[in-house]
Amino acid sequence: MEIYGAAAMVLAWSALAAGLALIPALGPGIGQGMAAAKACEAVGRNPEARGDITVTMVVGCAITETSGIYGLLIALLMLFVNPFFTAFVTTFGL
Amino acid sequence: MEFNNRALATVEIFGQELWITETHVSTWIVMGILIVLAILVRVALTRFTEVPTGKQNVIELAVESFDNFVKNTMGPENRAYGMWFFGVFIFIMASNFSGLLGMRPPTADLSTTLVFSVTTFLLVTFSAILKKPKEYFKSFFEPLFVLFPVNVIGELSIIISLSVRMFGNILSGLIVLGIVYYLLPTVLTIAIPAALHFYFDVFAGAIQAFIFTILSMIFIKNKI
Repeated sequence: MEIYGAAAMVLAWSALAAGLALIPALGPGIGQGMAAAKACEAVGRNPEARGDITVTMVVGCAITETSGIYGLLIALLMLFVNPFFTAFVTTFGL
Repeated sequence: MEFNNRALATVEIFGQELWITETHVSTWIVMGILIVLAILVRVALTRFTEVPTGKQNVIELAVESFDNFVKNTMGPENRAYGMWFFGVFIFIMASNFSGLLGMRPPTADLSTTLVFSVTTFLLVTFSAILKKPKEYFKSFFEPLFVLFPVNVIGELSIIISLSVRMFGNILSGLIVLGIVYYLLPTVLTIAIPAALHFYFDVFAGAIQAFIFTILSMIFIKNKI
């Protein structure tokens, strides 16, 4: 019976880890907001360069986003692939 | 809820089991649509006139605007790269939009995006070796000789960052839409997910296709 309790704990910690893995989304959120604000300022100052500014901002945002996407991937792995639970099951042969 | 890539059939080739998954089928559908479109354009090409009318306007607009985009990003002397990137752009955009037809987008599979990013990596490496071999090999030992492993990892990170960015974006859209469809009563599924479809499939899909092409172009341009 004890082993089932342990298995439940592994699942619970996996779910918690999925939530914690999304903390990196904080950085890109702030960063993209700052990039968008600066782009707005730049367009306001120089409306003719609107196209170039938009392209540069989108590329910058895409690069900033990468760390957030890595966090998202870890969260998805924890939720849908359950690597730790699989390792637990194979180790103890449930 | 299951968001796995379901296997629809299994085929055995040389004693090796191959799975035909949802991604394969939707890739084939997207490819079929694009091939038919290409043949239609090729047929229309024979009837092109000096002064464009009708269909010719649309085709010329698409080709010309992409050509200008490549010229602005990579410089007029590297225009030839546009031929490859136009195909990549159209394919990625069509596969991202295929979520609108109820298919599983092929780009929601790491295999598809990995193929594209490995191609970009090979393109970067070979263009650099062909154009500026000395600078390319020297760039691995800069600014210090001991930083060689770091530079190699930095070069290989092109593959991971490009593929994972697109994969993560499209897959997260797929999962959010799946959850919304699961939670809503059947009557409401006609109206409410449409806005989400517009954001995740059309907007994010177009942005991701654009970002993939422009980042690949910038990577290549930095090396040649």
